[in-house]
Amino acid sequence: MTLPAASIPVIPRGVRLHHDKVRNQWVLLAPERTISLDPIGHAILLEIDGTRTFETIARTLADKYDAPLDQITSDVGEYLHGLMIRRIMDVAT
Amino acid sequence: MKVPPPIAMLAELTHRCPLSCPYCSNPLDLARKEQELPTHVWADAFRQAADLGVLQLHLSGGEPAARRDLTELVAAARAAGLYTNLITSAIGLTERRLQDLDEAGLDHVQLSLQGTDAEMADYIGGYKGGFKRKMQAAEWIGELGIPLTLNTVLHRKNLHQLPQAIEMAMDMGARRIEVAIVQFHGWALKNRDSLMPTKEQADTASKIVAEARKRLEGRLVLDYVPADYHSNAPKRCMGGWGMVGLNIAPDGHVLPCHAAQTIPQLTFERIGETPLKDIWYHSAAFNAYRGDAWMQEPCRSCEFKGRDFGGCRCQAMALAGDAAATDPVCSKSPLHHKVKALVDNQDVVEDLTFRAAAAP
Repeated sequence: MTLPAASIPVIPRGVRLHHDKVRNQWVLLAPERTISLDPIGHAILLEIDGTRTFETIARTLADKYDAPLDQITSDVGEYLHGLMIRRIMDVAT
Repeated sequence: MKVPPPIAMLAELTHRCPLSCPYCSNPLDLARKEQELPTHVWADAFRQAADLGVLQLHLSGGEPAARRDLTELVAAARAAGLYTNLITSAIGLTERRLQDLDEAGLDHVQLSLQGTDAEMADYIGGYKGGFKRKMQAAEWIGELGIPLTLNTVLHRKNLHQLPQAIEMAMDMGARRIEVAIVQFHGWALKNRDSLMPTKEQADTASKIVAEARKRLEGRLVLDYVPADYHSNAPKRCMGGWGMVGLNIAPDGHVLPCHAAQTIPQLTFERIGETPLKDIWYHSAAFNAYRGDAWMQEPCRSCEFKGRDFGGCRCQAMALAGDAAATDPVCSKSPLHHKVKALVDNQDVVEDLTFRAAAAP
């Protein structure tokens, strides 16, 4: 499952990126959910600013990590879709 | 064993409540107003919790809005870096108070639903006009854009309203609904014969939830607590005793779960007297049921002991008379047949015993 290229992922109100100083890791805090972020998840979430499209985000990450765009598009799309169906990520179109 | 830091804390700010739901999870012996912790002790507890590793704070009660310092408490929780969730019936929340809570940084509201119409809700809540006030507050919450979860406790008398409850969550713009079939602790245990859902009801609820999860994927998240006695496997209570979360009662007692005080041999320490870190890692009460050394048979040699931890300790206490026994909901418990008999041969009682009136 991937997202339309022009869609804009948005971290909705009630979801916060937080550095957990006790466990020394980044987490996503949401209602009744705490999602531990690995470095990849954290890198994806840092690109989401509520204005950039999915296509731009995937391209930026592919450049930054010198990885094939197709692969990044598919991985990031799947990751964001997983958050969307849990209402932890919204998408503006 | 290595004890992890806690993730969640339930702060029971007060036992006072305008409602008197017959399944209230508060203890039968309610704390009085003069026993409640003052603002600064709570604020310090929030800082200690955050330093200990707590990420999620649930402000609950009783009705937390009965505390006049609720806004200050929310601000203190946010200042400590905690994700702050308000668990409320919304009775006592005016538009102005909600605006103040919003400005103080409240992350999320979990609104309780006693029924989907005034007749049912006001009957179960024992408070005439409560439903109307709740619906008004839900509108204000929506206008302010505070993220909302609807939380409904279902039992024999209102389980037929589950489809409407799910519709209401959608209409209110909630992102989540918690569908919990009543668990028999506290006041609910007193009302077991009136609240126990029939087998058909419990099955129907599971089907409705499964269907709604599929139909509403991406729009509404459904969290579901199925009927406990109707199961053959015990619930994974609290994610393990003293492993994930802790509670602080209105009078400051720090508990591994809200019902822990029903286990008579345990004694609990108080916030403000003992550092929270010492209570979590070193107190006898928190260590009582960690790991598996405390387990008896059939738990001790059971392949599932690392998954369900032998079920709920408070339920073992209530039903087996021994908090270290296997939760009798488990099909391996020698007392399982008694739980099954309660489900199969329901002795239907219509009357409810409502929770005692809010202490002054």
